[in-house]
Amino acid sequence: MTETAAWEPVIGIEVHVELATQSKMFCGCAVGFGNDPNTNVCPTCLALPGALPVTNGRAIEWITKIGLALNCEISEWSVFHRKNYFYADLPKNYQISQFDIPVCHDGWLDVDADGETVRIGIERAHQEEDTGKSLHIGDGGRIHAATETLLDFNRAGVPLVEVVSKPDIRSAAQARAYAQTLREVVAELDVSDARLEEGSIRFDANISVRRGPEAEFGTKVEIKNMNSFRSLERAVDFEIKRQIAELESGGTVIQETRHWDEEAGVTSSMRTKEGSSDYRYFTEPDLVPIVVSPAWREEIRATLPELPHQRKARYAGLGVDSQTSLALSSADPQLRDLFDGAISAGADSRSAANWITGEIVAWMRREETDSIELTPEHLAEMLAMIDGNELSASAAKDVLDGLLRGEGTARQVAESRDLLQMTDAGAIESAVDAVLAENPDAVERYQGGEQKVVGFLVGQVMRATQGKADPKAVNVLLREKLS
Amino acid sequence: MPIDIDIAHVARLARLDLAEQELETLRSQLSAILEHAAKVQSLDTEGVEPSNHPLGFVNAFRADVVTGSLDRDEVLKMAPASRDGYFVTPPAMTQD
Repeated sequence: MTETAAWEPVIGIEVHVELATQSKMFCGCAVGFGNDPNTNVCPTCLALPGALPVTNGRAIEWITKIGLALNCEISEWSVFHRKNYFYADLPKNYQISQFDIPVCHDGWLDVDADGETVRIGIERAHQEEDTGKSLHIGDGGRIHAATETLLDFNRAGVPLVEVVSKPDIRSAAQARAYAQTLREVVAELDVSDARLEEGSIRFDANISVRRGPEAEFGTKVEIKNMNSFRSLERAVDFEIKRQIAELESGGTVIQETRHWDEEAGVTSSMRTKEGSSDYRYFTEPDLVPIVVSPAWREEIRATLPELPHQRKARYAGLGVDSQTSLALSSADPQLRDLFDGAISAGADSRSAANWITGEIVAWMRREETDSIELTPEHLAEMLAMIDGNELSASAAKDVLDGLLRGEGTARQVAESRDLLQMTDAGAIESAVDAVLAENPDAVERYQGGEQKVVGFLVGQVMRATQGKADPKAVNVLLREKLS
Repeated sequence: MPIDIDIAHVARLARLDLAEQELETLRSQLSAILEHAAKVQSLDTEGVEPSNHPLGFVNAFRADVVTGSLDRDEVLKMAPASRDGYFVTPPAMTQD
């Protein structure tokens, strides 16, 4: 055995979020996914001589919103820089980005992974512009074997926010949870489509390993091309193991960018990239500084919606168990509104949450619809009828079906579908009496000590009342009469 | 004070293919510029407000409004090669 401690992975994640503004970051071209190539382009985003950028104010408002939701400090004063590099996907040969003074810095995000909550630091969130899309042609689209590249600049200049975590992530599961939680927050803020499959949110991971939490950081490797949360987790997991194996066999990890191959399940080396200093960042002379005054910042803060983790905590405070509150928290917003409305209408929070995440979600799936006619008041009314023994659990499912189809109030549906539980003690008693009179041998067997015959008699009463008697009440009444 | 510059590296970053004599000329010119900058840097700025920008105003924003784009055919006509609405370039990854 070596004298050294166990390997510890050190992971940082960069998340790129495309903002869903109407127009691009620095020009008036439309932002749209799936438009014909090169139809949303103009002199500015094509870098034609003399064209000048002008900042989209809404993007600055939205990055501030993201920063506040990620518990960041908001810089009162920040500036744009040019990041210079040669690549065909940006016609200017530089990307307008931010360097030493980003709009947002020093935040954090709590994420749940491996059964615990960990706080992941956010280094910064800065504003930049997206690049065009390159399509590599030849040999199955594989980047290294391409014979030519096709370029679509519709995406060039779309507002892009890069969120950089601190190297606080320690496992592949945490990496995935961080990415998922961040996506939930951004989706809740309604500032991005936040769709992985359309590339409106993208992840890169920086990974190194070291001998225990006290050791210095190892050499880090950047991995790209993870198109789902699952592939992010797999890629990080693979890369951790690859680095450990490399080091344990006496090799070294080299600083490079590696490409995740989803099908093969491996990362492979891309060309070594220009070091950070080679980007020759300098202040963008065509744009004036951005000032987010404390007054503007607080105005933006006031527009923040309830965030997923806040919602989960609120549900827990209402006594909803963690599984259900998780389901409810990520449910269709109309279902969350239904829950809040039902609570205000006096419903018990636990039963409301259970019915919504259980029966109602199942009904929507079965009916393949997002449209429900159920009002919070009707749901509360139905739950009260269950509590008052006017509806059995199975009859309530039937009532719910009627409510979801907009057939009226809970009582109206229960009446029109003939589902009300018999609450008239006299009627139940006469049904019990009739069943006892019709089954003298069962009565005799019970009195001879055969207790289980009660089950049969309850069944007979339920049948006689078309299932509308409360079986518990029937059971009690039968035992009284038989003893 | 002469400043050491890796002029070949700078040329490579800018994708400039320069002859030996041109490299020499540019090295000395760039060196003169950097020496000038170093002189500015050595000035006493005690009590001077730091500045990120020469202009005296901030927050020049546009409203988030679509103002239209160029005609694609006109745009593609400017490029050396295009196909199916795309610009065509040599394979990006092997460009050096």
